[in-house]
Amino acid sequence: MSTADTQVDQAAPPALELKGLGKSFRLKKGGFFRPGYVELKAVRDVDLTVPKNAIVGLVGESGSGKTTTGIMALRLIEPTTGEIWLNGENITALEAGELKRHRRKMQVVFQDSYSALDPMFTLAQIVAEPLHIHGIGSAAEQTDLALDWLERVGLHRSFGNRYPHELSGGQRQRVAIARALILKPDVLIADEPTSALDVSVKAQIINLLQDLQEDMGLSILFISHDLSVVRSLTDTVVVMFNGRIVEQAPTEAIFTDSRHPYTRSLLDAIPVLNPRHRRARTFRSRDELEADNPQIASGDLPDGPAPSDQPRLVSVAPGHRVEAVVTQ
Amino acid sequence: MSPSNLAATNQTVASRRPPPGSETEGGGDASAGASTPLVEIDDLHVSFAQHDGLVQAVRGVTFHVDAGESLGIVGESGSGKSVSCMAVLRLLQSPPARIEAQTLQIGGVSVMRAGKAQLSDIRGRLAAMVFQDPMTAFDPVFTIGQQIVETIRAHRSTSKAAARQEAHDLLARVEIRNPDAVLNSYPHQLSGGMLQRAMIAMALSCRPAVLFADEPTTALDVTVQAQILQLIKELQDDLKMGLVMITHDLGVIAETVDRVIVMYGGKVMEQARVEDIFDDPRHPYTIALMESMPGQEGGRRRLREIPGGSPNPVNPPTGCPFHPRCPQADSQCVSEEPAFAEIGPGRQAACWRVH
Repeated sequence: MSTADTQVDQAAPPALELKGLGKSFRLKKGGFFRPGYVELKAVRDVDLTVPKNAIVGLVGESGSGKTTTGIMALRLIEPTTGEIWLNGENITALEAGELKRHRRKMQVVFQDSYSALDPMFTLAQIVAEPLHIHGIGSAAEQTDLALDWLERVGLHRSFGNRYPHELSGGQRQRVAIARALILKPDVLIADEPTSALDVSVKAQIINLLQDLQEDMGLSILFISHDLSVVRSLTDTVVVMFNGRIVEQAPTEAIFTDSRHPYTRSLLDAIPVLNPRHRRARTFRSRDELEADNPQIASGDLPDGPAPSDQPRLVSVAPGHRVEAVVTQ
Repeated sequence: MSPSNLAATNQTVASRRPPPGSETEGGGDASAGASTPLVEIDDLHVSFAQHDGLVQAVRGVTFHVDAGESLGIVGESGSGKSVSCMAVLRLLQSPPARIEAQTLQIGGVSVMRAGKAQLSDIRGRLAAMVFQDPMTAFDPVFTIGQQIVETIRAHRSTSKAAARQEAHDLLARVEIRNPDAVLNSYPHQLSGGMLQRAMIAMALSCRPAVLFADEPTTALDVTVQAQILQLIKELQDDLKMGLVMITHDLGVIAETVDRVIVMYGGKVMEQARVEDIFDDPRHPYTIALMESMPGQEGGRRRLREIPGGSPNPVNPPTGCPFHPRCPQADSQCVSEEPAFAEIGPGRQAACWRVH
């Protein structure tokens, strides 16, 4: 989508907005006789906006907090701090009944399609289940719509009678997408939906997501560690590291003009598709990055924590924000 | 342990090999000439009997690996790339696996005829394998140190202390910064990248002449993947070790190997030097695979996809296995199987459109 569209969309509330979202887990520490707890800050102070009709990539390595952020946005786990806004409405504290109404507007696709589909259900039952849960239509109408959706994601209607184990990984992911979109949500959270797939199938699923996004005017938060996929699919990229956002920018700016050392090391690690350009690698691993730059590891400024009146992320170009510590 | 030590062992391995021709039935390899290749597979067929029919996982695969050479095997799941390598290491339980081949050798030894003792000598000393998921490849109830020491002592008679020192050196060799701590760690205490390094150390512990790496970085984060690939490449160069890199990721291929075979539907589609494959892919499947790689150009865009899905291994397509998905297929591709034929210096392809 063009920048002009982005500006128009800014008038309307964004599809999904996370404000200062944080999550801490209490982990047991110490032995039987000296019990104690240590607080693990999995996600810290995440501000993230998914504009209407846009695909935002959320990238980072395992342990960066990207999946935790995604499932907090869905309110599948409760945030410790911060707020979740869906279509301009604060859903952070909604009770179960009220939340269920809003969940129609926000759906999810997970990485492992095998464990995400109930092996005892036929595909028609699986795809129709959200309609059933929300009491939409008669049983016959539900099945009919489910079969329509199987077709829409590129599977034949006859697949309705099949079971998940009969399908390939790519086909199962299509079913998961059909189930997520049958309620016509505004927001789709896709957590590594292509990571388990072969290259040729990966391309199919990426194209399918692009097409559906354009047809339905969906807003997608695409969580991935695969920067190549993110480059082809997203409008904006948000980079997470140790539970915090360290950089966010329009997708091409991330690839051509990244500012944070962690983003650069991620980019540097992408294999180059040219055997003549095997590089003596200059990238540093996450461990090395943290050892050399303790302030980057902790997210603190060199002289202690960032003053609260100062933005942690500073703007370096339109739509391009980088963790302040780096620019000091 | 120094690299020169390992290289010396490889020469021992080489000298143990029988003179060329003594084991192979005729059919000498054109490119090898004087010496037998380290790994030689000729017309390998592997199938598994299942309730719904015979799964034909590998259908006539031929390739070789020379000493010190790195070969990439690229293909999607179900293409037969892993099964081919497991067959040559005799890691497939038979039954249900049925293995047939003209030649199936490592270091000049026919693995089909090898007995238990000989097989155990092949695995470890001649060839070792690193798997995708290091968490399941280690035993959770023993420390890393115990497992590496056990491996060393299973193949060589050394004292426990000497084996432990060797394990320590190996861990240092794979760039683990605190080998002592890792030796005393249980698998669940280590990260995926750390475990995969330990796995590689264990695979190197018997100084194999060839290392099979089956998707060694697929389960790892990108930055860790880059490090592990670099490590494997460096070790291969230093130790003059043969390397077989099995992967579905062309990026991994581009970064690590000298020569590539592309597999599809249990068959080899194309074989070439790595530069040739990337400069000028010839088989329509290779071309489609290249074009479907995401992120090659900037900007949000649709990717070139390969329509359809992998062939059914129980009832594979007639003719060329790729014909149902191939944009260039015609009636000949449906009815006749293309031969795996020379299409240029040192490169072959199985395609009627390319011959």
